[in-house]
Amino acid sequence: MEPAPSGVRLVVREAIQTLSSSEDGGHIFSTLESLKRYLSEMEPPALPREKEEFASAHFSPVLRCLASRLSPAWLELLPDGRLEELWASFFLEGPADQAFLVLMETIEGTAGPSFRLMKMARLLARFLREGRLAVLMEVQCRQQTQPGFPLLRETLLGKVVALPDHLGNRLQRENLAEFFPQNYFRLLGEEVVRVLQAVADSLQGGLDSSVSFVAQVLGKACVHGRQQEMLGVLVPRLAALTQGSYLHQRVCWRPGGASSDRAMEAVLTGLVEAAPGPEVLSRLLGNLVVKNKKAQFVMTRKLLFLQSRLTTPMLQSLLGYLAMDSQRRPLLLQVLKELLETWGSSSAICHTPLPQQRHVSKAVLICLAHLREPELRDSRDELLASMMAGVKCRLDSSLPPVRCLGMVVAEVISARIHPEGPPLKFQYEEDELSLELLALASPQPAGNGASEAGISLAPATAEPPAETPTEIVDGGGPEAQLAGFDSELDSDDEFVPYDMSGDRELKSSKAPAYVRDCVEALTTSEDVERWEAALRALEGLVYRSPTATREVSVELAKVLLHLEEKTCVVGFAGLRQRALVAVTVTDPARVADYLTSQFYALNYSLRQRMDILDVLTLAAQELSRPGCLGRAPQPGSPSPNTQCLPAAAASQPGSAVTSDWRVVVEERIRSKTRRISKGGPRQGPAGGPSRFSSVAGHFFFPLLQHFDRPVVTFDLLGDDQLVLGRLTHTLGALMYLAVNTTVAVAMGKALLEFVWALRFHVDAYVRQGLLSAVSSVLLSVPAARLLEDLLDELLEAQSWLAGWSALARSWLTAALSSWTQVILPPQPPE
Amino acid sequence: MAAPCPPPPPDPQFVLRGTQSPVHALHFWEGAQAQGHPVLFSGQGRDLKLCLWDLAEGRNAVVDSVRLESVGFCRSSILAGGQPRWMLAVPGKGGDEVQILEMPSKTSVCALKPKADAKLGMPMCLRLWQADCNPRPLLLAGYEDGSVALWDVSEQKVCSHIACHEEPVMDLDFDSQKARGISGSAGKALAVWSLDGQQALQVRGTHELTNPGIAEITIRPDRKILATAGWDHRIRVFHWRTMQPLAVLAFHSAAVQCVAFAADGLLAAGSKDQRISLWSLYPRA
Repeated sequence: MEPAPSGVRLVVREAIQTLSSSEDGGHIFSTLESLKRYLSEMEPPALPREKEEFASAHFSPVLRCLASRLSPAWLELLPDGRLEELWASFFLEGPADQAFLVLMETIEGTAGPSFRLMKMARLLARFLREGRLAVLMEVQCRQQTQPGFPLLRETLLGKVVALPDHLGNRLQRENLAEFFPQNYFRLLGEEVVRVLQAVADSLQGGLDSSVSFVAQVLGKACVHGRQQEMLGVLVPRLAALTQGSYLHQRVCWRPGGASSDRAMEAVLTGLVEAAPGPEVLSRLLGNLVVKNKKAQFVMTRKLLFLQSRLTTPMLQSLLGYLAMDSQRRPLLLQVLKELLETWGSSSAICHTPLPQQRHVSKAVLICLAHLREPELRDSRDELLASMMAGVKCRLDSSLPPVRCLGMVVAEVISARIHPEGPPLKFQYEEDELSLELLALASPQPAGNGASEAGISLAPATAEPPAETPTEIVDGGGPEAQLAGFDSELDSDDEFVPYDMSGDRELKSSKAPAYVRDCVEALTTSEDVERWEAALRALEGLVYRSPTATREVSVELAKVLLHLEEKTCVVGFAGLRQRALVAVTVTDPARVADYLTSQFYALNYSLRQRMDILDVLTLAAQELSRPGCLGRAPQPGSPSPNTQCLPAAAASQPGSAVTSDWRVVVEERIRSKTRRISKGGPRQGPAGGPSRFSSVAGHFFFPLLQHFDRPVVTFDLLGDDQLVLGRLTHTLGALMYLAVNTTVAVAMGKALLEFVWALRFHVDAYVRQGLLSAVSSVLLSVPAARLLEDLLDELLEAQSWLAGWSALARSWLTAALSSWTQVILPPQPPE
Repeated sequence: MAAPCPPPPPDPQFVLRGTQSPVHALHFWEGAQAQGHPVLFSGQGRDLKLCLWDLAEGRNAVVDSVRLESVGFCRSSILAGGQPRWMLAVPGKGGDEVQILEMPSKTSVCALKPKADAKLGMPMCLRLWQADCNPRPLLLAGYEDGSVALWDVSEQKVCSHIACHEEPVMDLDFDSQKARGISGSAGKALAVWSLDGQQALQVRGTHELTNPGIAEITIRPDRKILATAGWDHRIRVFHWRTMQPLAVLAFHSAAVQCVAFAADGLLAAGSKDQRISLWSLYPRA
């Protein structure tokens, strides 16, 4: 051994003794100065070898000793904070890894809020501010090539990433802003950029470096769920860095690639989320998907099939990334096939939540937009088969969004796969979702130019201006007279159009005046106009002459139920439905008996069966409404100009007039009356017996009787689950409307049994209906009776509901809010 | 549009009843402006007579009558430019002629006869007018075949001829300042046409109606709005420049046969239901 190392050791031992015991400020200061020689270029300089030995062997003990001496009195041994400055410089200038570890160790080892803890925390904050983390990581990167100490690296890694947690635990409320995770990880991100840049520089300088430590830091931070902060800073910076430099690209590919398999998913998800577009993603990842199995799994399966949290732009950058390189394009085709398979699988349609299905549909459309004709041609049959299966399943679904997805996607696929054949064309509403999907389907890379959506929108927007006859003026008239037009432009505003909704086609007045005439006209009349006039007049007639209606009520209901649309009558379905409701309201017991008996009868279409359900619900609603007796016909029935002078009224058919003048008089009284205070004489709705109360059973129980007995044309538990869904909803509504009736308890009991029998039904719409039925039971049956008579059923229902939470949270909350109402004092619903 | 919810259509200001027979023609007579001829032409009756009435001071006596040579729906048109002598266009004999008379002498000036091969059918409506810059009177005539022709009366020739309707033209009105006119037919459309410097008619646009049949079209004297009398019992009001529909007035219970505007903007409509309704819409500023 040479004498020099022992010299360093002696000096250090002596210094530590002095530091730990001496109270003389000057002495301590000079001792520290002498140690400082080993760290920096102070006079007289130490030998490099001495420096190295100090750094590797003695630095940590010195720091520990310094940390342990820290106290207010000690720092004030010298004036002006000179001692503190010198003390801090050891931590800030010495080897960063050891300083960091000692700092963390001291902070963790210091109990409770104290002067020392705060001092150390501030020092750590300063350490971070001065960019020592970057130095730390840089050193680690450089040492990578040498045989290092895995344990030390592991510890460092843990401490660097878990710093906010440690500090938060230790400092509790005193925590500094620098250590909040949202701030710290941003800073860490910036430091990582700096390190990567330094590594790239040193590679350029021919030095060996490795970024695996940085990659580990990144991976671990991402695993801790800090992708957003880290990559939010990193990705834009790296995107700029990698713009031109291939070397930088090489350096940057590594962090993704070098992450351990464990961190791969977190990092890749974060990158996909943070990348502004496929180009950036491609620059940052290179061909990682092709090289790394795990990465491939994450990118092509997990993000697409198992999760649905990616937004549309993220999906676009992910799939765009796959499409950008010839090596990756086979993957894209593969992904499309698998996506379509999932899209078309009946089990997936049945069991995956709607957002996931939407996600898959979007991904399919984006894939299609990226793929070219020849690539698609090879696997045309396969794609077509998946699509056809999917369309069938989706159109069978009872949920409108699922159907819509099926139609939109199928249209686009068929247009792409079979460009020469006749395109599939469905009728669907142009809502937000379908427009978004169609927009996705248009190829982004300047392929066909105008997108399909754009073309379909263009005529719609171009139409209105074409109709405004301003052009008539512009071209017309001799030029000499054109000058006068400008002054007229200003005065346009005074012509506010009146309501022109009453401007309908004139019908010859053949409307029957009696209910019986209507029945006759509807059954036998060959005269289409008379038939239509009878249908239009029926609702008003029924309400006006209840006695006459009761004589023919069942016959009339029968006629209406079997009524077919002979000619194209605007609003036929609504007219028929309103007439049926009117008949049911006028003679509830008999008509309801008839309708419910027909619901399970043999020769009806699904449409008619659903009409029966709708009519029953609407009629029940009408009956249960307070004070519904003798109400005026609904708007929409053919009443001529509603506001006419009394003089003119004489010639009008007298129906609407009486209520109209009352409205006019009330309006006048209101306008002439000055109210001193608000809220006095407002009286609640007039009370009265609910007419539904006595007939609720007629509406309700027959519907429950035969649901499990299929007939040839009608199998509720089989294919006709759409009707079953409607039935459950109707039963729920009837139950709800039967609130405050005596029969409600019996109805509730029966309904809960019905729900129990169907609780595992596969169709989502049916299950929704069951939930609404349960909640209406809870609403309608008085709380006391609920706990007394229905306890067993309720407990069963509760155990069933418990398994639901993941499936339909929103519906469950609705049901749960009903539960709370059970506990609260009952209030009759409005 | 200004209001999100349009106001309900207005009610008539007054209703005049008691005529005991369908109303076929209406005319506002501004007593102060009439120049010595307080007269009203009644539409020619089935007695083949066109009568001149003296209405001054509440009289209603037939002072004169013109013998007509054809029975048709066509109303006559007068051109009284403030001179003591004025011009009257009436449907002439032979079914397709228009006869021009000088009044009050009842001298037949000329007969406007379309070319033999034109097959225009009967004239259905006539409008005599005179451009400010041009002393020669012009006649616009709507024909049974749905076309509108512009006649130069003094030269007795057709200046321009356009087919603008499928059905017979029932009435037309012309705005000489804007050189734009509008015609209505038995069909479902209104046609707007214009006249250019070379006296050529051009169709500018058509406007679809809900129900077919227009009996009369009148542009308000200030040329801001126009009203149509519809066979569908309704009066329709349009903005004249843009042809934007402004109101549909449903009051009558039978076909409306005539509409007229007073100088102050009051609108009158006469109907087959024997009533005359008066409306105040978009009062003049």
